Amino acid sequence: MARIHVTTTINGEPMEFLCEPQQSLLDALRNNLGLTGTKEGCGTGDCGACSITFDGRLTCSCLVLAVEAEGHEIGTIEGMAQGETLHPLQRKFLEMAALQCGICTPGVLIAARALLEKNPDPTETEVRFGLAGNLCRCTGYDKIVRAVMETAAEMRETAS
Amino acid sequence: MNRFDYLRPASIAEAIAAAAQPGSAYLASGTNLLDLMKGDVVRPARLVDLGGLPGLDRIELLPDGGARIGARVRNADLAYHPEFSRRFPAVAEALLSGASAQLRNAATVGGNLLQRTRCAYFYDPASACNKRAPGAGCDARGGENRLHAVLGWSERCIATHPSDFCVPLAALGAVVEIEGQAGRREVPLEEFHLLPGETPERESVLAPGELVVALRLPAEAARFAAHARYVKLRERTSYAFAVVSAAAGLRIEQGVIAEARLALGGVAAKPWRARAAEAALAGARPDAASFRRAAEAALAEATPSGDNEFKIELARRIAARALALAAIGTPERLPALPASPFAPVPGAPLHG
Amino acid sequence: MAETASATHVRHGSSIGQPLTRRDGVLKVTGQARYAADNHPPGMLHAALAVSSIARGRVAALDVAAARAHPGVVEVMTPANRPPLAQDPDDKNGPFVFRMEALQDDRVRYAGQPIAVVIAETLEAATEGAALLAPRYEAEAVETGLDASDVFIPQMVGPGAPAEARHGDVEAGLAAAERRVEATYETPAQYHNAMEPHAIVAAWEGDRLTVDTPSQGLAWAQERIAGLLGLPPENIHIRSPFLGGGFGSKGVISGPQVLGILAARLVGRPVKLVLRREQMYGPVGHRGPTRQTLRLGAGEDGGLTALHHHVRTATSRFDDFLEPAASVSHTLYAAPAIATTYDAVRLDTGTPLFMRAPGEASGSIALESAIDEMALECGMDPLEFRLRNYAEVEPMSGKPFSSKALRECYAQGVARFGWAGRPLQPRQMRDENGLLVGWGLGTATFPALMFQGQARAVIRRDGTALAETGAHDMGQGAWTALAQLAADSLGLEIDQVEFRSGDSRLPDAGIAGGSSHTATAGIALHHAGADAIAKLTELAMADQRSPLFGAGNMGVVARNGRLLRRDDESRGESYADILTRAGLAEIEGRGTGAMDPAVPEHYATHSHGAVFAEVKIDPELGQIRATRLVGAFAAGRIVNPRLVRSQYYGGMIWGVSFALHEQAVMDKCSGRVMNANLGEYHVPVNADVPSLEAILVEEHDPHVNPLGIKGVGEIGITGTAGAVANAVWHATGVRVRRFPIAIEKLLV
Repeated sequence: MARIHVTTTINGEPMEFLCEPQQSLLDALRNNLGLTGTKEGCGTGDCGACSITFDGRLTCSCLVLAVEAEGHEIGTIEGMAQGETLHPLQRKFLEMAALQCGICTPGVLIAARALLEKNPDPTETEVRFGLAGNLCRCTGYDKIVRAVMETAAEMRETAS
Repeated sequence: MNRFDYLRPASIAEAIAAAAQPGSAYLASGTNLLDLMKGDVVRPARLVDLGGLPGLDRIELLPDGGARIGARVRNADLAYHPEFSRRFPAVAEALLSGASAQLRNAATVGGNLLQRTRCAYFYDPASACNKRAPGAGCDARGGENRLHAVLGWSERCIATHPSDFCVPLAALGAVVEIEGQAGRREVPLEEFHLLPGETPERESVLAPGELVVALRLPAEAARFAAHARYVKLRERTSYAFAVVSAAAGLRIEQGVIAEARLALGGVAAKPWRARAAEAALAGARPDAASFRRAAEAALAEATPSGDNEFKIELARRIAARALALAAIGTPERLPALPASPFAPVPGAPLHG
Repeated sequence: MAETASATHVRHGSSIGQPLTRRDGVLKVTGQARYAADNHPPGMLHAALAVSSIARGRVAALDVAAARAHPGVVEVMTPANRPPLAQDPDDKNGPFVFRMEALQDDRVRYAGQPIAVVIAETLEAATEGAALLAPRYEAEAVETGLDASDVFIPQMVGPGAPAEARHGDVEAGLAAAERRVEATYETPAQYHNAMEPHAIVAAWEGDRLTVDTPSQGLAWAQERIAGLLGLPPENIHIRSPFLGGGFGSKGVISGPQVLGILAARLVGRPVKLVLRREQMYGPVGHRGPTRQTLRLGAGEDGGLTALHHHVRTATSRFDDFLEPAASVSHTLYAAPAIATTYDAVRLDTGTPLFMRAPGEASGSIALESAIDEMALECGMDPLEFRLRNYAEVEPMSGKPFSSKALRECYAQGVARFGWAGRPLQPRQMRDENGLLVGWGLGTATFPALMFQGQARAVIRRDGTALAETGAHDMGQGAWTALAQLAADSLGLEIDQVEFRSGDSRLPDAGIAGGSSHTATAGIALHHAGADAIAKLTELAMADQRSPLFGAGNMGVVARNGRLLRRDDESRGESYADILTRAGLAEIEGRGTGAMDPAVPEHYATHSHGAVFAEVKIDPELGQIRATRLVGAFAAGRIVNPRLVRSQYYGGMIWGVSFALHEQAVMDKCSGRVMNANLGEYHVPVNADVPSLEAILVEEHDPHVNPLGIKGVGEIGITGTAGAVANAVWHATGVRVRRFPIAIEKLLV
């Protein structure tokens, strides 16, 4: 089977690549496009380290074929900061030490951003539920949850 | 995973024709199929991507009170649809209790119905599995089977169906709309999934190439909206498959149950509609004694298939719990931990 | 105001003790931190492991031709063609050298063992090639459980501690006791499951090898690789700037990592080999299962008269690592007679390895449960019982503790948690929804260890400095904490110190394990900085033109980039001026961090803590949720409270996981782990994890080492697992002695 040419948009930028049909989007991002910010933790959708947005929806890139990206918009961690300016979530995670080894962090940030975009005023339980698909073996989650709650409050204030 | 031909047809007819050829598989979201392919559990030579097909992603609320949901509708979109979740709260609750946000955003209605079992021996190509390789044997039978079936199993296969979504659908009498080379047909969900019997490799009534195009909830299903819950017991607070689960719907008139619906999850190779229990509840008072009787009726034929006798009692208890919660009434807002025993219960505390 | 991508810090005074934000944080939150698998050198090929599906026997055939024929596959490496090694991978020439499978023969010793490597242009081609090998085996019957036939009495357990220890007469103590408790507890096999799978990118240039791989022990890894390859260690360059978690599994080089190196040698191109998640359950270590029998005797007043902690555990058939579960009984409670004994079985599994709090984690869940069972027998509150049996000196050795603020831990924890009014009897508490509520307590302990580490500090002519040591940051925050220590030792602000780490070319910082790394590497840096300052001081004092001329060595203090006379701090000069005038570009200092052997001779050195847990349990369905955890810990001087708190939280969650969630489920017939994935191997998701609180109890230790630092990385598990187990009993009245606690055990 010949390689397939895919034209897609990643973090707002048009991009194209050649891939095999059996390649995952995660693999294409990391190996074809050099966007290694998205991580592979399990390859089977259980850990969330590979979280991206696909047309604005949070999803696991390890279970999407690269060819499915054709004509769609992909959002990765590399697009979260605006140039030199960190997203409020990124800044808050730093301030509140909501990360340790950092491998789950890109996925958690993408998931948290998606959560807040849908629900700008979540309860703590809603945050925990919304991030249930992102496993972390280091932090015990507490600081992550607090960072998301505080960012939500900050963003609501900025918006008002 | 193996190399495959990738097709992206533009019409349902094209898709069906392609998928009718042996060694083909439909690709919906891929959350189940790609997982299985990565694990070498299935190795289809051809993938037929449904992503280009028109008309399969609509949620229609019907004037008679029912609903028709296209097979490609995403789990999350259905669960968060305000009118749908108002009419069928137990279905929304079941959808939200499953998987993770990432997976719910991708997984489709059709894919949810057709997802394969999570039995570890099915998932392990080195293990003997009659589902994967008819006649090979069942290593789960003498193996690690604490969470396997207690109803409807056979010597050939003791796997369970992992879907939460299907449980209230079965209780509410959902109907599956199918399109195939022979045309269109409909099958009640209760008959859609097959028990293993002698042929565990046959999991549904679909013929090769047939495509699930929609799911319908009949008008009657909306009459339980005020008293409908789904409860799920699992070993993590969220993001785990059910040990056992139950969906219950009640119509209560003048303090008496006019009609009851009950289905169980995690106990069999299909969502288990408990008609005997429903009959026992008709005309009964909505109290603990009635619910206990109904639960016993629901599990009357249950037998352990391994180290899982405890599931029978747990299934009784969760059936009774689902009925008790349904009797209390559907909450205004879905709890933040859907279907969880730890969701706060408005009104009466638990008895124990 | 938006924060820029290069964040700066604001602090007052000394860097130590300040909750500084992580230096590596910006790289991590933007996805720019480069982990091993993120490297992609030009010409690189992908390698995939093929692993055994049987647990014992041999590989009879591999369909190499089919794999080679797959488009994109470049080579297949098997025992037949793998490049020779200078040393047999089964040669043990040191205590921390573990036997590994590096395709030395066709034998299979455990399920999941590497049996071939496929190298290809793409990851997908390599993976599919591995599947096409379709191995055929000659399989033998396996043994996987603790009742296996090959039982032996080990001499050593864990990292080389004697297995048997006795103090006083346990049998007499038990016979004389008013009350006796005998209970057997079982803990399962567990896998580290760091979120970053093991990975290696290996590139050869002649006889020089560069390797990007996560490592908790750079010097060990370098030595091991050099030995296997028959090369001088300086030919091996290992880069490990970021690890996605280790927990012990990245402490020693594993077979798959060596295979990545050999694959690169075979094809003459750089190779990347990354383990799939299911391949993490075999060749990279695990925590061995245990069955522990505790026998306790107590007198009328609740004082322990005897404690016997017996452990049965397991290792592989081809190497020894025995989970040292009884070690907690050496130190925690004052009994006049204590004995710890072991026996072990050999199983057809991979060799266990140190896994976060090796020994302490498994032992404390059993000991803390048994202590509670005895407290109940004596009609005493669990806290009261522990205070009654508080060890003022280390029970086995009689040595005084270098510091032990455990009473403060109990007191502060109890106050914050709200233990008062806890009914003695179980199944007495419910919440407003009718859920059963239980409160439990566990004592936390972990030895304060140090390995040997070296560091180098350089003060530059421009007044800034460089501090370097081959330290490892697997998420515990070593980079930041160590940079703080270095900055303080150099009298500089942290932003003026360039900190280099995570590279084998830097001085050996010792292993990041045993919660020892901050102490070991930190003290090495401390001494290196002091050494550089001392040399600078000498320069200045000998120079007539310096305000420090003749000040005397003790008469100088370093602060804010200046050396000042102690007797008159208005007189001093900057590092830059001293160096410039001396015509030097820089001045270098070196330092070593190691435990002074006199310290363990005289003192018992441990961190301590008390953890209080609340669980809620559905009375009918048995589902359990830990809802509140309060841990109070005393670990000497705290370098960075923010990072330390994170470590405590992380450890506490592991404790919850130990008690309630994680276990490897192994099929008895095949010896395969049936839940070798993150969907079914349950680590806690964040909804499992309740409100967490960690109290950093102040403790000053003047003996343990010059900086008074003890470790914090592992202690969190130790009190928590027992606290949760005890809370479950308190909620239900059911004492479950097998972990993780299964729902069905709680049905009444």
